[in-house]
Amino acid sequence: MIDLVWLIPCLPLVGFLINGLIGRRFSEKTIGWIAAAAIGIPFLIALSIFSELIRMAPASRSVQKIVFTWILSGDLNVPFGLLVDPLSMVMMLVVTGVGFLIHVYSIGYMHGELGFRRFFCYLNLFVFNMLVLVSANNFLLMFVGWEGVGLCSYLLIGYYYEKQSAADAGKKAFVVNRVGDFGFLLGMFLIFVTFGTFSYTDVFAAAGEKLAQGGLMVTMITLLLFLGATGKSAQIPLYTWLPDAMEGPTPVSALIHAATMVTAGVYMVARCSVLFALAPISLTTVAVVGGATAFYAATMGVTQYDIKRVLAYSTISQLGYMFLACGVGAFASGIFHLMTHAFFKGLLFLAAGSVMHAMSGELDMRKMGALRKKLPYTHWTYLFGTLAIAGIFPFAGFFSKDEILFYSLQRNLGFWLIGAVAAVITSFYMFRSLFMTFYGESRVDPETAHHVHESPPYITVPLVILAFLSLVGGWIGLPILPGAHVFTAFLDPVFAPAKHILDAGHHADHPSVVLELALMALSLGIAIVGLLGARWAYLTDPSLPGRVIAQIRGLHTLVYNKYWMDEIYDFLFVNSIVSLSRFLWKRFDEGVIDGIVNGAASVMRGSGSLLRLVQTGLIKDYALSILVGVLAVIGYLVLR
Amino acid sequence: MITLQHYLVLSAILFTLGAVGVMFRRNLIVILMSLELMLNAVNLTFIAFSRYLGSVEGQVFVLFTMVVAAAEVAVGLAIAVAIFRQRGTININDINLMKW
Repeated sequence: MIDLVWLIPCLPLVGFLINGLIGRRFSEKTIGWIAAAAIGIPFLIALSIFSELIRMAPASRSVQKIVFTWILSGDLNVPFGLLVDPLSMVMMLVVTGVGFLIHVYSIGYMHGELGFRRFFCYLNLFVFNMLVLVSANNFLLMFVGWEGVGLCSYLLIGYYYEKQSAADAGKKAFVVNRVGDFGFLLGMFLIFVTFGTFSYTDVFAAAGEKLAQGGLMVTMITLLLFLGATGKSAQIPLYTWLPDAMEGPTPVSALIHAATMVTAGVYMVARCSVLFALAPISLTTVAVVGGATAFYAATMGVTQYDIKRVLAYSTISQLGYMFLACGVGAFASGIFHLMTHAFFKGLLFLAAGSVMHAMSGELDMRKMGALRKKLPYTHWTYLFGTLAIAGIFPFAGFFSKDEILFYSLQRNLGFWLIGAVAAVITSFYMFRSLFMTFYGESRVDPETAHHVHESPPYITVPLVILAFLSLVGGWIGLPILPGAHVFTAFLDPVFAPAKHILDAGHHADHPSVVLELALMALSLGIAIVGLLGARWAYLTDPSLPGRVIAQIRGLHTLVYNKYWMDEIYDFLFVNSIVSLSRFLWKRFDEGVIDGIVNGAASVMRGSGSLLRLVQTGLIKDYALSILVGVLAVIGYLVLR
Repeated sequence: MITLQHYLVLSAILFTLGAVGVMFRRNLIVILMSLELMLNAVNLTFIAFSRYLGSVEGQVFVLFTMVVAAAEVAVGLAIAVAIFRQRGTININDINLMKW
């Protein structure tokens, strides 16, 4: 079965081609199910490969399949090769599994939309690129997927391209990502210069000898790679595109901007764990940026009223947690959180989409409330997602987030503190969105209220499945009990080399069970504090938020306007680049380049108009010039 | 005694007369006649040298020249007739359309 791994990325491509080339006459159902099958079948293949993988010895769970030689030039040999190991396996399962559910959801959600077929084509193309990204066995192929998902993200954010804001958001996402990709590309070049190969296995095997621990080269490589990760995974300073990306259809937000694409940066950092382990400065940078983003984005989530924007900031914040985990050396915990996050954040977005669907496209939570009775499935599943992300026992987010906080504390109290504060805020704003949407007084305007209805099964069934996963997804990573953390044990072969390097300096002292238990209780307490806070402010005393805002108007305005970050970026970078481009266009291109071309033409025209005076049209003049010429030649021959 | 020089001088005079005629006359027919004069001046030179060097090649060239000249006159006169029919004149100062 493992030989069939190439089918996993290829089938979505086939789905894309079928729908794209000959799908014109297909009905919506046919298109939707072709697209969903193109993800569902790879999921089944991935499952069977997974079952094969866990039967192998842990040390040999890394299989490379070269499909064909892609680039062969001099001593550069890049195959189209796929790597099956625990890390890529987890990613493949998450991408195809969550992707399949979102495809099914989309059949119901996008019903009757203009460009239904275009939507599913892009979605399949996206999954193809994402699978190439996670299953590639070398950096160059990963980069192909990396750029491909960026392209699909652009296309899908701008899905409603006739809307100016959507088109702008797509452009913004693309341009901001370009900054990150530039870093990734440079990092990749440095890797090639150092190692002479792009293959993961060769690079990581040689990393120990070719790169000095904490040396300049490895620090530069990892920092540049991390710059790429900040772009794709929306971390400080390149996070501004993600909230705007909510202009896309909701399934897109769920699939691309929550569950899969934005986690590509985390995957990449985890994949390069050996390199990062060799560069302590980079690791600290990753942890600091991750922690700062987790906190910073959470604060912005508190003030937003647009339900999808709350979720967008929450995504940025949760991605921050994943980077925090990678930064403190707990790569497996980062991937664990990546997986649980894919479940619960995908769920939250889909539930938000279901609310939108019921509310005729309304996104403002101030115009919702008391939807619990009318949307029972949506309410329950959203509740499950909220409990999971807030970190309430025994939901998935509790285990993964608690683990990250635990490892952060081992590294540095500061990291733990910022993570814990962010966790309070996370819990607060998520319950805030839950209460504002589903509980309290109804603020729905009567016209819309009339039409509110529960969504069809296409939408509710994926919600229920994801809600179930949000509940049980964390149970494969139980702490404390020896051997119960199946997930970490499974990923261990991938991260063992990095762990070895990190532990080389100081022997890891095993923390006491008491401390671990205390921290878990503390995490739970933190989540409940957030819950109670939100309950008090939005259910018990609904006038409280208004009063608090009045007290701290300045701060609220600052946070509500996202710290004016977009404006600052516009001022610092965008405007200067736009005016530089305008200068180059008007002055350089139109002035200098066009001037040279037009100048060459006018020189020709000027000399032509002078020379045409010679051409009189009179035979005698021509005869005279012939005679003069002949005399000159003869004179020269005679007199020389 | 008539020497080679005499022939060459005569030939040069005839050639110059022809060239001046081509250059300064305005009537197309006269120009064609002047051209014939130039050709025949050259023919004279060929014959003179042929005789002087005792070689027959010069005479062969003269025959060629006369053939070409006959053809040239035929074409030239045809053009002259055509121009006259078209424009009612064969004054070449009036025929100056061949310019931009």
